[in-house]
Amino acid sequence: MTTTPTLELRNLEVAYTVRGIDRQVLRGVSFSIAPGEAYGLVGESGCGKSTAAFAAMRYLPRNGKITKGSILFEGKDIVDINDDEVAKLRRSAISMVYQNPATALNPTIRVGKQIAEVFELNGVSSSDAMMMAEQALTKVQIADPARVLRRYAHQLSGGMAQRVVIAMALASNPRLLVMDEPTTGLDATVEAEVLDLVRELRRDTGTAVLFISHNLGVIRNMCDRVGVLYAGALVEQGATSELFSSPSHPYTVGLLRCIPRGGLHKSTDRLDTIPGTPPALGTNFDGCVFAARCSLADDKCRTALPEMVTIIGSHVARCFHSDKAGSMPRSIEQIEYAPQSTGHKAQVGDTLLNISHLSKVFNQDGSKVRVINDVSLTLGFGETLGLVGESGSGKTTIAKLVLGLTPPEEGGVVTLDGKGLAKTLSHRDVADVGAMQIVFQNPDQALNRRHSVTRIVSRAVERLRKFSLTAAIARAQELLSGMRVDASLHSVRPVQLSGGLKQRVAIARAFAGAPQIVVCDEPTSALDVSVQAAILNLLVDLQKKDQTSFIFISHDLGVVRYISDKIAVLYLGRVVEFGTSQRVFSGPFHPYTEALLSSVPNIDGSTRKRIPLTGVVPSPSNPPSGCVLNPRCPRKAGSGYETLCETEEPNLTEVEPGHFMRCHVPVAKLKQLQN
Amino acid sequence: MLRFIVKRIGLSVLTLVIVSLIVFLMTSIMPGDIAKQILGRDATPEAFEIWNKEKGFDKPLVVQYGRWMGGVLTGDLGTSLQYEMPVSEILAPAASKSAQLAIVALLLIAPISILGGIAAAMNRGKKVDRALTVGGLSAAVIPEFVWAVVLILVFGVAIRAFPVSAFPDEENPNLVSSVYHLILPSIALLFVLFGYISRITRAGVIEALDSDYMRTAVLKGLSRKTAVFKHVLRNALLPTIAVIATQVPYLAGGLIAIERVFNYPGFGNILLDAVIARDFPLLQTAVFLTGVVIIVFQLIADILFAVLNPRIRQKVTE
Ligand SMILES: Nc1ncnc2c1ncn2[C@@H]1O[C@H](COP(=O)(O)OP(=O)(O)OP(=O)(O)O)[C@@H](O)[C@H]1O
Ligand code: SF4
Ligand code: SF4
Ligand SMILES: [Mg+2]
Repeated sequence: MTTTPTLELRNLEVAYTVRGIDRQVLRGVSFSIAPGEAYGLVGESGCGKSTAAFAAMRYLPRNGKITKGSILFEGKDIVDINDDEVAKLRRSAISMVYQNPATALNPTIRVGKQIAEVFELNGVSSSDAMMMAEQALTKVQIADPARVLRRYAHQLSGGMAQRVVIAMALASNPRLLVMDEPTTGLDATVEAEVLDLVRELRRDTGTAVLFISHNLGVIRNMCDRVGVLYAGALVEQGATSELFSSPSHPYTVGLLRCIPRGGLHKSTDRLDTIPGTPPALGTNFDGCVFAARCSLADDKCRTALPEMVTIIGSHVARCFHSDKAGSMPRSIEQIEYAPQSTGHKAQVGDTLLNISHLSKVFNQDGSKVRVINDVSLTLGFGETLGLVGESGSGKTTIAKLVLGLTPPEEGGVVTLDGKGLAKTLSHRDVADVGAMQIVFQNPDQALNRRHSVTRIVSRAVERLRKFSLTAAIARAQELLSGMRVDASLHSVRPVQLSGGLKQRVAIARAFAGAPQIVVCDEPTSALDVSVQAAILNLLVDLQKKDQTSFIFISHDLGVVRYISDKIAVLYLGRVVEFGTSQRVFSGPFHPYTEALLSSVPNIDGSTRKRIPLTGVVPSPSNPPSGCVLNPRCPRKAGSGYETLCETEEPNLTEVEPGHFMRCHVPVAKLKQLQN
Repeated sequence: MLRFIVKRIGLSVLTLVIVSLIVFLMTSIMPGDIAKQILGRDATPEAFEIWNKEKGFDKPLVVQYGRWMGGVLTGDLGTSLQYEMPVSEILAPAASKSAQLAIVALLLIAPISILGGIAAAMNRGKKVDRALTVGGLSAAVIPEFVWAVVLILVFGVAIRAFPVSAFPDEENPNLVSSVYHLILPSIALLFVLFGYISRITRAGVIEALDSDYMRTAVLKGLSRKTAVFKHVLRNALLPTIAVIATQVPYLAGGLIAIERVFNYPGFGNILLDAVIARDFPLLQTAVFLTGVVIIVFQLIADILFAVLNPRIRQKVTE
């Protein structure tokens, strides 16, 4: 005899009506969540995770409807209950937290009132409700809750806003909490804090949680059980550690293999990809939903629907060949790319780019703010320099200074291959401009939507290499094919392409001028892991063939570690650590790097102690005196250097050959503290 | 906030100076010789010269402009050529009449258009929405004086529910009678503005309905109605208020056609007379004051918007 689950989906089918036709999104999804349990739902974008979550809240979009199946909340079917009953359920039993906390709060109402509203709905008087709102904020560990109550949403940082939203969700003492990507878009350190909070609250309240994320590391660390969704069908389910250690559906195996996990590096490991793309909304299947992309697919897979089979205990997978999934062949994609004809003669590792003493002062609201402070770095031929740091640490500004999109302050010099570059783009000659290019996070904004794909690339070839029109078009097509953009897509406009393909076009354009350096600013952050893996592979291949160097910016430390040869860790516009990827990731660490690394949820399930950074990132307009990290530094206390930390800013010094740190505490001592 | 207001006021003053220059130059180069009209075709050249001297029209333009502006700033608006009366005595009653019409019209238009916009948004894509949208747009393409004539023919002449003139005949009309007389012209104006204002309201409400915070409110367990009332309207009506404020000067600053049709002695009527009579002291000042009204209401709209919206309020306080 088992207890009644808090939430149970039975054979749930949901369809969206698009242009008058019902298109199926969820295909017979069944799972249940016991009281106090955390159930994770993973899968690529568009596979139906949010749809399942909103269905459970009985909050489908206007064109969405439940066509079959049932949703049981504590044993009672809530598919057909009326609006009043739904509202009552939301007031008292089910709450939801989702992505983008900043927009989830009403911009014109003080947050205190928004939290108090939940209590008032449950019949509390308005003065009591405000008191309870303050308690609710205390519960989510916000500093100075009384003051936060009086703020508006835009006056909160992302992490604070998400705490407020969580406080609001918990205000009704829900028995089920639905969290849809609650930490996506937050900095790793903030994400770690929010996840810690959710874990603690769960321990205290025993609320059942439906936790949705595309980040497998987060799911692994947060959930007791996991379900994998693909094309709206649940393809695998099991206890978290069991499922992650022996995935038994080819899709799950593929997903896990795409991820640049701890320790993988481009020099030795090639990432797996999942070829093809997820099916379009409303596709009908005769057989397995994954057959079109599965390397194990045979005729049976394409004609018969696989049933869930038990792997071990409660671990189930919907696959005919689940026994072979774990050892399925790796997918190998190679590019056919003709190297640039410019022929660099240097050796890999010889210095290509030298930036010294770059600073940048911005005018913000009438006062001068130094956002970049005396940054000096070098980058060799064919190497990748990874820039990491919390948001606002100055990663993108450094990239802009190097590219000449904004001029550095007096004294800053950028040298490329021994030649000093003009401070701004308009003063650089065509060769220098072509030598450094950029790929952005969001290819939508970067590509001219009125031009065809070929035109976008050929224009850049014309401009940067002075090719004739026909030669430029030929080169553009060669580049695009090299980036594995199929010839049939060369004449379409960017809107018709998926995110991954758009990013390939953007990369092709960046390579149009035979660049020596390509700056990649979060190039894969908006992409699914399988697409990300393909893009990373592409970048690595291009680097090998052309000796192109990259400056690679990402908040995903796994990705940076995989692709970088050197890493610069930034804090408040300063380089706090610089060295080879190997060194920076294996320690001894700068205290900030240590905290940053420990905040990343680990996909292999190994638990390591999190080194928290207390407090928030200070504003660059008013940096702390002494070492800028000192108010938050996890290693200051007890190091014996406290006074120095608080009064004097440390210099960037070489602590080991090729490894630089900005810290008063000697590296030997840090090493000792970190073991 | 104060800095923002001071800055906005400064900008407004600058705009006014430019407007005054344009108005002055335009009326100065207006064709037709006013002296000829007033003194008659047969007057001698000497008589013209004397008249021009007397009125100061022989002075350089800079001096004339200086005199005019100096006068405006000290409250002396000059003398009408046509009526030989101080401009202020002509404009003051007209302005008060125009303001009355504007207020009545606004009190009718604003709530009806806003409600229409909300109703359309709440029934997005349904019949109500389509009817309101199509109706509003079609009504707006017909000029206000056509509506005025139609309304007069229907309600004034055929049904006799409302008076055909917007101005009571009585010596000292009471408030009810004055308002009653202004209803028909206000309805004509409603037809013209309803489409515009309700569209803006509808867009604002839909944006707020689709927002994440509305979703939060509903998922908290508020009923849809309460959620709309507490969370949507405040945000949605912000842009609408600004839009309405920008329509006020149009209403207050001379509805020439409406005033003509309803035989209403407002600002618009005076303006038209002044143009026809080439009465430029009067015209200059009347046009300039219209500019003042427009700019002042734009200023009010901006400040209102900033006060109502905490995000802008904070930005401008920093
Ligand atoms: N209102 C809607 N009308 C039509 N199609 C929709 C609607 N909402 C979502 N879809 C489609 O339904 C499918 C499932 O969407 P859903 O948002 O549930 O995916 P998801 O797994 O949450 O994705 P993500 O990781 O991007 O959040 C997608 O193909 C999506 O484009
Ligand atoms: S059933 Fe066949 S196609 Fe589907 S996942 Fe298994 S092996 Fe692949
Ligand atoms: S100098 Fe002091 S405060 Fe700064 S990182 Fe080192 S230990 Fe921390
Ligand atoms: Mg989603």
